[in-house]
Amino acid sequence: MIDRDQVVHVARLARLELTEAELDKMAGELSGILDHVERMNELDLDGVEPTTHVVQLENVLRADDPRPSWPREKILEPAPDPDEGAFRVPSPQA
Amino acid sequence: MSDVLELTVAQAIERMSAGELGSDEYFDAYAEAAAGDELGAYLWKAEPGSSDGATGELNGAPIAVKDIFCTEGIETTAGSRILEGYRPPYSATAVRRLREAGAQLLGKTNMDEFAMGSSNENSGYGPVRNPWDTERVPGGSSGGSAAVVAARLAPWAIGTDTGGSIRQPASLCGVVGLKPTYGAISRYGMVAFASSLDQCGPLTRDVTDAAILLRAMEGRDPCDSTSVGIEGGVELPSRPDLKGLRFGVPRELSSEAEGIEGGVRDVFERMVGLIRDLGAEVDECELPHSAHGISAYYVLAPAEASANLARYDGVRYGLRAGTSSEVEGGLADGIAPAESELVSMYERTRAAGFGPEVRRRIMLGTYALSSGYYDAYYARAQRVRTKIAEDFATAFERFDYLVTPTSPTVAFELGARAENPLAMYMADYCTVPMPLAGLPAISIPAGLAQPDGGGPELPVGLQLVSPAFGESGLLDAAHAIEGAIGFDARPPTGAGG
Repeated sequence: MIDRDQVVHVARLARLELTEAELDKMAGELSGILDHVERMNELDLDGVEPTTHVVQLENVLRADDPRPSWPREKILEPAPDPDEGAFRVPSPQA
Repeated sequence: MSDVLELTVAQAIERMSAGELGSDEYFDAYAEAAAGDELGAYLWKAEPGSSDGATGELNGAPIAVKDIFCTEGIETTAGSRILEGYRPPYSATAVRRLREAGAQLLGKTNMDEFAMGSSNENSGYGPVRNPWDTERVPGGSSGGSAAVVAARLAPWAIGTDTGGSIRQPASLCGVVGLKPTYGAISRYGMVAFASSLDQCGPLTRDVTDAAILLRAMEGRDPCDSTSVGIEGGVELPSRPDLKGLRFGVPRELSSEAEGIEGGVRDVFERMVGLIRDLGAEVDECELPHSAHGISAYYVLAPAEASANLARYDGVRYGLRAGTSSEVEGGLADGIAPAESELVSMYERTRAAGFGPEVRRRIMLGTYALSSGYYDAYYARAQRVRTKIAEDFATAFERFDYLVTPTSPTVAFELGARAENPLAMYMADYCTVPMPLAGLPAISIPAGLAQPDGGGPELPVGLQLVSPAFGESGLLDAAHAIEGAIGFDARPPTGAGG
């Protein structure tokens, strides 16, 4: 179960604006999914190692050769509001 | 011309090498077919006459690419409105390698937004229709790639599979779909959904074409430190039978699979008999934790997605919503305004740009990772993942390959599961355990069956699973079975249909 207040809290963490109608719908849907997910609680998992990665990984090393990075104009091209060679954003203070 | 569209790519390359088919002629036959797409399967298409006569091993063969792969200078949206108009500055390694092998980009295919879905109805650009019955879904999330291959609008395609997104649509559209071992192909330039699960793979008319594509794309890439390639490379399949091989049939993913339809069960039982007739030993086996695959997956994948999708914030690319616009319907009661104009821009951009399923999964993943819930959900799901991988390891002590139906059902009707997220998630019941264990699996068309309750005859897929990096053997076994099945049904809708 996840209630309305929790949905409000999580939406803020996720940086998602939700409308009144979406809030209630989301609470219901997430609760339904979590009910199913909680079937995992039937399993005895004491002492089982968590899997974070399925393939045996080795550290990958390479020579530290200098090379050109992407040209600034190319990276700024898809930006919604590029200005003076930078990404412009609304004020974090206002 | 329509004769050209019936060739597998291996056959077409043979004709081109013999001088019986021009590479421009081959490309244009498909560019013209793609121009007539009525399935909503393409988001971008190459113009007829735009072939540059590429050569190489693949002889200029056209290929359809899921819109999740970055293509330099060509719009790449991952099916999302938040990336509308985005033209990447570089191409994905998989796309680049195909190009180097001589393939030419034919089109970008529609998909569920950020690969989240099993019906292609979650695309921000409209659904894709199944060429076997245009009132039904093609599966997802690589629904566009599966549909164009089935409808003869592309000779072959690539897609991505996180919980079944190559194999399930391949099954529903009656084509071959391979999810390689995690790490076989570079993920560089593939828009990330769940990074510990995502893997690129081919959707083709037959198993040989899948082997050709895998061979062209696999390999270590300095830009993806999890890519290791397939040691020893990939051999083209040639096996005529299955003598000396042992096949396991996991009960939990076949006869006991949740929601399995009668018609699917019948075709699958016929397949088990056919595998035996080809000389293999077949026995039942258990994957006791696989029934918890959906639960583990719908914690792990949304959790990883919630982190990966944090990058869509309206700053560097894609959509940016205004900071002062009114939200339709008004802000919910009790929600304080954002702490700043910047945060307000983030929240509005993400609300406006992401569709409902993506929002739902971001919420689910953020919740599962939030303080106080991490151990109950995320850490627990990671332990279930370990148990699922151990189940497979135990089964592979006794068996060379495992076989299951790919999907519990044939293609369902558009809208049938759209209002019930959990019912949609169950479509991946048989395909989710393999990526959780990192294993390769292939779906091949096994026959036709009616849905429960009656309706048109629709494709049913057979799924084969092998140990990690066992692709050459897996393709070889699939090739033998494919030859014995002799699937030659054609969808009624598509080029020349």
